[in-house]
Amino acid sequence: MADRRGALVSAASDARVLFGAAVLLALIVAAAAAPLLAPHDPLEQDLLASFLPPAFQAGADPVFPLGTDSLGRDLLSRLIYGARVALTVALVAASLAALLGTALGLIAGYFGGWVDAVISRLVDVWMAFPPVLLSIVLVAIIGAGLHSVIIAIVIIDWTRFCRVVRAEVLVQREQDYVASAVTIGLGRWRILWHEILPNLLPLLLVLITLEMGIAIIVEAILSFVGLSVSSDQATWGGLIQEGRLYIHQAWWIMVLPMACIIVSVLGLNALGDGLRRTLDPVMRR
Amino acid sequence: MTVAPTLAVASLRLDLGHTPILRGVDIDVMPGEVHGLVGESGAGKTMVGKAVLGIAPAGARIRSGSMTFLREDLIAMPERRRRDLLGRQIALIPQDPMTGLNPVLRIDRQMTDPLRLHLGLDRPAAAAKALDLLHQVRIREPERVLRQYPHELSGGMRQRVLIAMAFSCRPQLIVADEPTTALDVTVQRQILRLIKELQETAGTAILFITHDLGVVSKICDRVSVIHSGRILESAGVADLFDFPQHDYTRALMRATPRYDRPGDLLQPVPADLTARLIAEAEALDA
Repeated sequence: MADRRGALVSAASDARVLFGAAVLLALIVAAAAAPLLAPHDPLEQDLLASFLPPAFQAGADPVFPLGTDSLGRDLLSRLIYGARVALTVALVAASLAALLGTALGLIAGYFGGWVDAVISRLVDVWMAFPPVLLSIVLVAIIGAGLHSVIIAIVIIDWTRFCRVVRAEVLVQREQDYVASAVTIGLGRWRILWHEILPNLLPLLLVLITLEMGIAIIVEAILSFVGLSVSSDQATWGGLIQEGRLYIHQAWWIMVLPMACIIVSVLGLNALGDGLRRTLDPVMRR
Repeated sequence: MTVAPTLAVASLRLDLGHTPILRGVDIDVMPGEVHGLVGESGAGKTMVGKAVLGIAPAGARIRSGSMTFLREDLIAMPERRRRDLLGRQIALIPQDPMTGLNPVLRIDRQMTDPLRLHLGLDRPAAAAKALDLLHQVRIREPERVLRQYPHELSGGMRQRVLIAMAFSCRPQLIVADEPTTALDVTVQRQILRLIKELQETAGTAILFITHDLGVVSKICDRVSVIHSGRILESAGVADLFDFPQHDYTRALMRATPRYDRPGDLLQPVPADLTARLIAEAEALDA
């Protein structure tokens, strides 16, 4: 057990991991406690207070710390509620894509033969589609909404997990411990599930973190083109789309949600990268 | 002799892709016997062990010959039956103690799995048995070792754990694939002594795969010399060392250091002999 604690300590002392974990924590807090944190109702309009700048600029109203949009809605509150959508999509879509991709990758890598050939060709064909266009088409077909966005991301991004997991299973399968497990008389599913899968967990953790960043971007893109959740719900992509119209009068409406997306994705990528570096040498000795 | 061999391999031919690896291998391992299989790297010795255990790599194909375990055909055996035999009647001591254990599972889990599977023990009984086995292989603080992960143990300790696991269900046959090669020399001697002692107590037959004639002289009862997938010579260990019949066996001995004759210069196996052996072997492929 001492080594696991050691791994966590060394992970926590990595600057990227610390930064990424802080960003993730901030996202989780914002999403979970949105009604408590937001100073206003994100939908509450005040047409007399439209286009107010953030507090550090001249002409600002301290009631609206980050300013207001074209309908006088509080931007800070909208950003906080937007984190809810972003985090929900990131967590659910990344987990489901991991589940689907890992299951197929495990089967392809371990059983090989025609099963592997079918799954691998499927992945090849899948990855030939441009992902953003494919997601837009998919959501257009199954209809807008949070569920559709999640389904679209899962359908597109399971291939990332499938490819990496398959390659890693090919490596693990040749390790002596698998031969030992076979000579002990364990069955194939049991070896795959109880012997090989635990060796993939650090890798999966890293992949899921990176996928969360990707999911946030895809959700923003779909919101931007108006295919995500309904327009009465605040999303970062929706804010960008709205802010684009007033970029010359009120830059903050577009720039602030962009900053949220950039910081979130940067944080998740840093977390994934840092975890990969700190977990690998410990788990793969 | 009317005793049936524990393992009988006869005229076994095996290809990997289109390359012949084994070209008619005959080995009989008698009950309670440690049978050495000696050869240099690439001779096919490890492949014999893998074929017996049914873990030959993808692309390996048995062309002809037979393998029987206690008169039971190992080649035509259904998967279920093989799985039932493996671990219970036939076990493996792998070459590399670093990778032979699963890096992310604790020792107790890895030791108790086969006990529960084959002996039908419940969890506490299997744990008690595992502890007992670690005592038998003379591991210090076995209670602590059971709770540890493989990388927390030294190479020698890991190999002891793997040996304990191999003997745990009292198998009839153990395939030991270079079990001491990855260890340093002092640990090597302890491990050899341990295997010999457990083997004698349990009366297990062992197919002992190695490249080291020094190791053979310490542990084996009979020896088969393999080169290019062919058995060149098979003899009792004393006969082999005193009256080696084959040129290659003699060359192999001149290439091995002997502590009883420290002044002798070591000589590599002559290239023309190797070439002749390969040519003879390839003539069999036609």
